[in-house]
Amino acid sequence: MSTVLDVKGLNCPLPILRTKKAMKDIAVDAVLEVHATDPGSVKDMEAFCKQTGNELMETAETGGVYQFKIKRKS
Amino acid sequence: MAANGKSMSIIVTKGSLDWAYPPFILATTAAAMDLDVTLFFTFYGLTLLKKNLDLKVTTLGNAGMEMPMMGGHMVMPNLVGALPGMDAMATAMMKGLIKKKGVASIEDLRDAAKECGVRMIACQMTMDLFEYDAKDLIDGVEYAGAATYIETATQCDINLFI
Repeated sequence: MSTVLDVKGLNCPLPILRTKKAMKDIAVDAVLEVHATDPGSVKDMEAFCKQTGNELMETAETGGVYQFKIKRKS
Repeated sequence: MAANGKSMSIIVTKGSLDWAYPPFILATTAAAMDLDVTLFFTFYGLTLLKKNLDLKVTTLGNAGMEMPMMGGHMVMPNLVGALPGMDAMATAMMKGLIKKKGVASIEDLRDAAKECGVRMIACQMTMDLFEYDAKDLIDGVEYAGAATYIETATQCDINLFI
């Protein structure tokens, strides 16, 4: 069971800012699922997770919507 | 101290709608990535701290400015930019695009920056030079000068001038 964050239609840097906010609201080891349409968010989510130490478990794309699964590590 | 011990500072010198974006986008993103962030507002950048923002964009002197138009791009006329009403038109076009493309407003980004603890310093010398009143600026701003910036910058991993 994961929390879903919808940032479709939002552009840089909002997907990252909203993701950061949502990560604070989930428990450590819980998973946040982010749905975005910003193509830049593919690289950005990777960079965000690398820098904040969270785990980007999965990146997928269906019909122009990117889905990220991020596990909160600390 | 940030969670990862990293930090960034930016000297913000420009106060137009287009130039307001880079510092606030980078500041909020860096803060979201656990960096300590300091923005030092000086000269025209100081207008970005006013309570009531009325930011504009100009085509004058900006030969690279193109706006999407009917599937192509319209180069914004440079010299014609001197005519009355041109800046207002360019500003309206830019604000329309910002809204349409899901780009945050500067007001929203500035609120987000405040919320995530971005340190904002107003240049005291510019306050005096342009006769700005602290009561016209948003709350939570520090007033200081070059020495404060330099001391901060020596501690930062990233230092930018915009």
